[in-house]
Amino acid sequence: MSKVYIALQDNDVSRYIVEAIEEDNPDVTVIHMPAMIRIENEGFLVVKRETVEEKLGREWDVQELHLNLITLGGNVDEEDDQLSLTWN
Amino acid sequence: MATKKLNLKDKYRLLTRDLDWEFSYQDRKEAFPYEEFEGIKITDWSKWEDPFRLTMDSYWKYQAEKEKKLYAILDAFSQNNGQTNISDPRYVNALKIFLTGVSPLEYQAYQGFAQTGREFGGIGARVACQMQSIDELRHVQTQIHAMSHYNKFFDGFQEFSHQHDRIWYLSVPKSFFNDARAAGPFEFMVAIGFSFEYVLTNLLFVPFMSGAAYNGDMATVTFGFSAQSDEARHMTLGLEVIKFLLEQHEDNVPIVQKWIDKWFWRGTRLLTIVAMMMDYMLPNKVMSWKEAWEVYFEEAGGALFKDLARYGIRMPKYAETIEKEKEHISHQAWWTFYTHGHATGFHTWVPSDEELDWLSEKYPDTFDKYYRPRWEMAKEMEAKGERFYTKALPQLCTVCQIPMLFTEMDDPTQTCYRSSDYEENKYHFCSDGCKDIFDDEPEKYVQSWLPVHQIFQGNCGGPDVEDILRDYYRINVGTDNMDMKGSPDELRWKEWKGTA
Ligand SMILES: [Fe+2]
Ligand SMILES: [Fe+2]
Ligand SMILES: [Zn+2]
Repeated sequence: MSKVYIALQDNDVSRYIVEAIEEDNPDVTVIHMPAMIRIENEGFLVVKRETVEEKLGREWDVQELHLNLITLGGNVDEEDDQLSLTWN
Repeated sequence: MATKKLNLKDKYRLLTRDLDWEFSYQDRKEAFPYEEFEGIKITDWSKWEDPFRLTMDSYWKYQAEKEKKLYAILDAFSQNNGQTNISDPRYVNALKIFLTGVSPLEYQAYQGFAQTGREFGGIGARVACQMQSIDELRHVQTQIHAMSHYNKFFDGFQEFSHQHDRIWYLSVPKSFFNDARAAGPFEFMVAIGFSFEYVLTNLLFVPFMSGAAYNGDMATVTFGFSAQSDEARHMTLGLEVIKFLLEQHEDNVPIVQKWIDKWFWRGTRLLTIVAMMMDYMLPNKVMSWKEAWEVYFEEAGGALFKDLARYGIRMPKYAETIEKEKEHISHQAWWTFYTHGHATGFHTWVPSDEELDWLSEKYPDTFDKYYRPRWEMAKEMEAKGERFYTKALPQLCTVCQIPMLFTEMDDPTQTCYRSSDYEENKYHFCSDGCKDIFDDEPEKYVQSWLPVHQIFQGNCGGPDVEDILRDYYRINVGTDNMDMKGSPDELRWKEWKGTA
């Protein structure tokens, strides 16, 4: 199985998105680099709107992710409630 | 009546797919004349899937927000004299390469996606290309804007656009994009959308930008990551194009494979300069070129090609050579620029002892054996007042246009050299990869505008190198070029820091 990954700008919103990702994908590896946070997982990773909203304490549109996104690896599927990354 | 919010899929369908129309009185083939000319077979455009499902209204909303954030930071950077907080003035030379070599590619990407979008018969692909085209225009604008601040305090930024079209090493990135834009729409997408965006731009915009942050350059990391936030969408478009082509018809597979082989090779050649920027031009180190290559090319690219294997796609040709090159190319490139440092629009230098030690540690199999002795020699010569500059003009590869600086990967003391004969003339290449590309389309590459050939043909002024540098390249001779030591950039820095 290959690793999917997502990298976010290291800022105040991303901090909560990372928390949400860690909660929904317990096996992820989080790597801190200057100004960015890289999160990897074997084969699959999901960012769930509900969890991010809970962490942020406000409404959050999945497409808001684009504001903090740096890069990603994997097949993307973006829906109303989540964004997922997969490799076959 | 209460308005009901559409879900993402319905909204995407209504605001994208439903904008298309049938051709009732015009011939569809005449409206999209290039769709078949490369031999690609499309049977059903409606099978196109856009995984991001971004519609134009949301696009404007989020892009506007990105711009507001970016410009707030650029303002803060200039108001607080951010240029005085960078790690070391040598770092700024990487930005000079960026502005002269990379930003004009953003402009070419803007033009290329506008044109390619026009040529696709499918509405989903057209809209995605349109958004990418606008993104790329944003990238070039924000980069020029961010670097206009450095232009006030450092030399070598002032003629970036003029120089991009002329200077010998800048013909490398320029011709790369010209090659892609002179191809058909699907080759352009495999070249730029897939090979370049999906795998290769990550190496510039992720580890290098993180390095910019680590060197105190808030302006660059901010425009870099802001551009890169669009890149996730571009990468996904590139991957979607590949999957779409491979699913549409099995006859597309060998054509796509050939393009992948060509563009991954061209892309790795182009990235040589990024390799050098990471290993030699970032005073505070984040990771070596080799480490970055392993994460973003070998690991990420490996996962990608494993995923594509189900379509019959294999790793790009010469993957084994590419794997060996990560140990060598940054050193070979910086040595070439150092020895041609009188003919560059930026400063060069011998790495400090501390930096040499870092390189030894990061490249245990190659640096001490092949490269460190050269730098020790250059250091000794410089101490004797004999800083070395070569007198010769380099021979260039007809395809990638890089000077013949690469060695055989199994014998790093032997320059790699290949050639082909075509219609009474001999053409020279840096590698088997570049020779293959020429042999496949010689009628295209015999037209290459090779800067050194142009100089010898008298098309760049002269007669002396210095005349060409000053009048044709518009390099401020004695200010923009030569060693960092003793340069006006260095002097100004010392004055700011009170160490002059
Ligand atoms: Fe771009
Ligand atoms: Fe892009
Ligand atoms: Zn070449």
